[in-house]
Amino acid sequence: MADLAYLIPALPLAGFLGLVVLGRRAGDPRAGWLATSAIGLSFLATVATFFELLGQDAHHREVTKPLFTWIAAGGFEVKAALLVDQLSITMALFVTGVGTLIHLYSVGYMKGDEHFARFFVYLNLFAFSMLVLVLSDSFLFTFLGWEGVGACSYLLISFWFERDTAATAGKKAFVVNRIGDFGFMIAMFLLFTTVGSLTYKEVFEGLEGVSHAAIVAIALLLFLGACGKSAQLPLFVWLPDAMEGPSPVSALIHAATMVTAGVYLMARVSPLLVEAGGALTVIAIVGAVTALVAAVIACAQDDIKRVLAYSTISQLGYMFLAVGSGAYIAAVFHMITHAFFKALLFLGAGSVMHGMNDELNMKRMGALRRWMPVTGATFIVGWLSIAGVPPFSGFWSKDDVLLAAYDKSPVLWAVGLLTALLTAYYMGRQVFLVFFGEERWRREEQDGVQGNEPSRGRPEDRSEAEPPAEGSHSEPHESPRLMTTPMVVLAALAALGGLLNLPFGKLKFLEHWLEPVFEEAEHKLSPGAEDLRLVLALLAIAAGAGGIAIAYAIFMRARRTAAFQPALLKRGSGGFDDLYSFLVERPGRVIANFTAFVFDARVVDGFVNGAASVVRMGGSQLRKVQTGYVRNYALGVTFGAALLLGYALLRMGI
Amino acid sequence: MEGFSILTAMVLVPVIGAAVVALIPRSREDVIKAVGLAAAVLVGVASISLAFAFDANSAEYQFVSEASWIEEFGVSWLLGVDGISLFLVVLTGILFPIALVGTDPHRDVKGYTAWMLLLEAGCLGSFLALDLFVFFLFFELTLLPMYFIIGGWGYEKRVYASLKFFLFTLFGSAFMLVGMVALVFLSAKGTAPLTFDIRELAERGALAEDTARWVFLAFTMAFAVKVPLFPFHTWLPDAHTQAPTAGSVILAGVLLKLGTYGLVRFGLSLFPKAAVDLAPVLLTLAVVGIIYGAVCATMQKDLKRLVAYSSVAHLGFIVLGTFALTTQGLSGGVLQMVNHGLSTGALFLLVGMIYERRHTREIAELHGLQRSMPVMAVMFTVVMFSSIGLPGLNGFVGEFLILIGSFVTRRWWAVVGTAGVILAALYLLWAYQRVFHGTPEGENATLTDMTLRERAVMAPLLFLIVFLGVYPQPVLDRINPSVERLVRHVEEKGGYEQPAVAVNGAEGVREERQKKEVEEGQAKQQESERKLAEFKEAEDKAREKARSGGQ
Repeated sequence: MADLAYLIPALPLAGFLGLVVLGRRAGDPRAGWLATSAIGLSFLATVATFFELLGQDAHHREVTKPLFTWIAAGGFEVKAALLVDQLSITMALFVTGVGTLIHLYSVGYMKGDEHFARFFVYLNLFAFSMLVLVLSDSFLFTFLGWEGVGACSYLLISFWFERDTAATAGKKAFVVNRIGDFGFMIAMFLLFTTVGSLTYKEVFEGLEGVSHAAIVAIALLLFLGACGKSAQLPLFVWLPDAMEGPSPVSALIHAATMVTAGVYLMARVSPLLVEAGGALTVIAIVGAVTALVAAVIACAQDDIKRVLAYSTISQLGYMFLAVGSGAYIAAVFHMITHAFFKALLFLGAGSVMHGMNDELNMKRMGALRRWMPVTGATFIVGWLSIAGVPPFSGFWSKDDVLLAAYDKSPVLWAVGLLTALLTAYYMGRQVFLVFFGEERWRREEQDGVQGNEPSRGRPEDRSEAEPPAEGSHSEPHESPRLMTTPMVVLAALAALGGLLNLPFGKLKFLEHWLEPVFEEAEHKLSPGAEDLRLVLALLAIAAGAGGIAIAYAIFMRARRTAAFQPALLKRGSGGFDDLYSFLVERPGRVIANFTAFVFDARVVDGFVNGAASVVRMGGSQLRKVQTGYVRNYALGVTFGAALLLGYALLRMGI
Repeated sequence: MEGFSILTAMVLVPVIGAAVVALIPRSREDVIKAVGLAAAVLVGVASISLAFAFDANSAEYQFVSEASWIEEFGVSWLLGVDGISLFLVVLTGILFPIALVGTDPHRDVKGYTAWMLLLEAGCLGSFLALDLFVFFLFFELTLLPMYFIIGGWGYEKRVYASLKFFLFTLFGSAFMLVGMVALVFLSAKGTAPLTFDIRELAERGALAEDTARWVFLAFTMAFAVKVPLFPFHTWLPDAHTQAPTAGSVILAGVLLKLGTYGLVRFGLSLFPKAAVDLAPVLLTLAVVGIIYGAVCATMQKDLKRLVAYSSVAHLGFIVLGTFALTTQGLSGGVLQMVNHGLSTGALFLLVGMIYERRHTREIAELHGLQRSMPVMAVMFTVVMFSSIGLPGLNGFVGEFLILIGSFVTRRWWAVVGTAGVILAALYLLWAYQRVFHGTPEGENATLTDMTLRERAVMAPLLFLIVFLGVYPQPVLDRINPSVERLVRHVEEKGGYEQPAVAVNGAEGVREERQKKEVEEGQAKQQESERKLAEFKEAEDKAREKARSGGQ
């Protein structure tokens, strides 16, 4: 069964290898089409596998497809093998589906870029790694994909490597993620020590004899890994900077797929988390706090992509809140709808930049819906969806998350609700500033608040290669069909995605589909919470409407461009960058400098050289021995050896 | 093996090559190069065919070639290869021709080629020798050629660096010499004849416990300098910085492995008890080296020095795996010796290629090379990721086995080692950013990308880096049996037992658990029996009392 599953990761891998072999010969746009068809076919293979599973009985939808033994020594053995089940196929479906759309968009977006082919090499490699991550049957093979997507993320963030900010952002992303990986690795070591295996199945079967403390430790260490990859507090600081990458990268990697890997990992190990008690509460709290903090920072951003970046962090916080509340299905549901609307919003932002000569500061935009009707309309769909306006998809999934959070603790729910209000506000602000109001881009250097953010995105030399018609006064224009088509498809998905899991009896498709995976781990809602569903939903709608209303009042009625933007929040990562620089980077530099140039050079090496000079000064007789001729030393060694040998012989009495 | 022995031939071919080179007139550089390369390639082909001919199911020494030499002292010409040395021999066989083709000495090709060939003979002899005396000869033989290569073809401070290298190593060797003599003669106490055969010496294990400890320390001293283990490492950055590219490649790729190989082959098998007892000391030095090397690497201004310090960190991992004394740790350690040779060798080659163009190793002088040298950037990226330990490339497999193997027995050391993994990403990515990212100006902007020849030189290394990352099992299958045998040897003679999970995985954990339950059950049963007995006793007493009272 499910033999086509092999093709799911194999096709993007083939695309990657093909593009590597072809190199520059593939060219623009052929490389793009090749990469797009690779991931497109992979999507078809996933759909076929999905229907094959659907044809099976609900409890026989899990199958392991072995490949080969990857690493084995003594009692340690890890195979490269695929685990095809409801959860992995669900993930694979939206990874390849959304991935295909973004590949397609990229063909248009990256047109004319000097490194067009290289971009698609990375993109296909990313898709392959992500699918390995999702489809793997063991922690270690998942880790291969996990690190693979991290490496691709690094390569794609610093894709325009001439820009210093891009290069720094790429490095930062990789290093911060490594801190999370530290947790992931130690968790694997602990699992091996206590269970003796790293395959999901064997681990879950072997948990019985493991002490509670060890399980909690493993859960928290894995969560540390998830915090890195999914940009949660305190490791979220890399994601806003990751916006230095091209917009399709932000959409695919830093919104829809890679950053959800942490949530996926938590869902995958739900049988472990359910045993871990207190760890779940930690996850829920970190998720809720991250959601709130990121939403607050998002309110203060002027950069169109950074708003979306913080919004992503915030939405990922919701997903962890759901995981921590034991609502894995809600987490996955929100992951899917988020993939739709956030990918859409990022592609929209990219389209705006495309039509505005790479302008990123929202204060220099305005009224763009008239110039970019398709981008404007689809962006608004994405906005309504993330703001939780019914019947758009975000409403349904966020509602499930909030309901579960309420059942866990009303405090967590309240934080989630406040975040929902803020979400509606900052997204409303973005839409009003970009697509409504005055055409501020006609007036340069308006209101003196020049964005302290330089124009990000593409390297200058690229803009030079395609000079705008008349400087900054060129009119914005709609993007080509190649770019708007994926946006329209995503808009449809963002609008209708709620149908996947409507909270009415038989319409809970996703829930019925995923139930066997989460069987024991999924928290059953208490009857009290179930009764409150409607009330809570109304409150959520009110929060969304309230947020939009405030944004409307400030940015449409009052025509302001700035509000609630304290300097602290505008600075790098809302002050967190400064904090980390103060706590880690600067002391680290001092210590490292001391170690390398004082301790190592003066103390350790100084001891050696000092000993040498003591010897040298020790006696004038000895000085003659220090001739510096190696042959003399060699002679000395031989003599010494002979003496020792003789001594030993005498002692032995031979 | 009787008559012709492939191992003896492998050691002799480079020596003969060096002799032939010595006879060719200095002016015929092309002939000299051809002869040198032919000898190195011949050895390389032989080493690879050796790997294929090697019986993966056997843990014993294979292709053993023996001839008595100095009978009075029990010294014999004894060569053999097992899973632990096999791939180090292959690594040597591959790296030498690459180093010869991939670099240009610029002057005195004759001397350079001859020394390189002698160096190869020394390395191969050291890895293959099963006789302590022969090993020591070859171990010392590697010293002179490397001294001359650094001193003769190195950079500005080459004299200082080469002398430092020489004296440090000699210092260590002196200890080993004493240890060796002591070991051999003390082992011969009584009726047993003198022998330098390490198989025999390991079997005898004749030294008293505290004597063995001192002798072990003497051997360890020599190897610790060679590895180099913190705090004996300061010769390494100087030697690497001043050595010509080929010197750095061989030094990092092969010569340092003599230290770690020595610890495994001689430290563990000859002194199992001492190794078990003193493991915490070596483990501590190893993890200090991991962090220390990485921290020092971060701040280096010289690209070669940076790679040199990274070697201190990487070799620390190997020592960590070795003294974890588990199958995983040791197998990972042996594999990592090969991996480090490939990736650090490749790094030094690439840095050398940059030097050939820019005549500087200063990171600050280099900028934006990805634009002027895109192919170089791609290759550097792959090698860098290998060195960082990215899964899918070779470095990860060894590092992971080492860490998981040491976590099983030495949890906190492994945790510190894992932290070193974060730092590796930091210093390499930062260096990459400074050298390759940005817009190049001046000389950096006009550099020519890698030539076809340079790409061909790098190709086999890159292939192995990817292959060993994706499918390391053919190599591990050959390493594992010998490692398992060695661990069993340490267990038998060292009064130590590796955890069940390291031997049997999940099965081992279950058995352990069952054993514990049975033991607990037995203890409980005994306890209840005891209580029952007590109770009965008390009852009896009471009855007796009652009876006596009644009377």
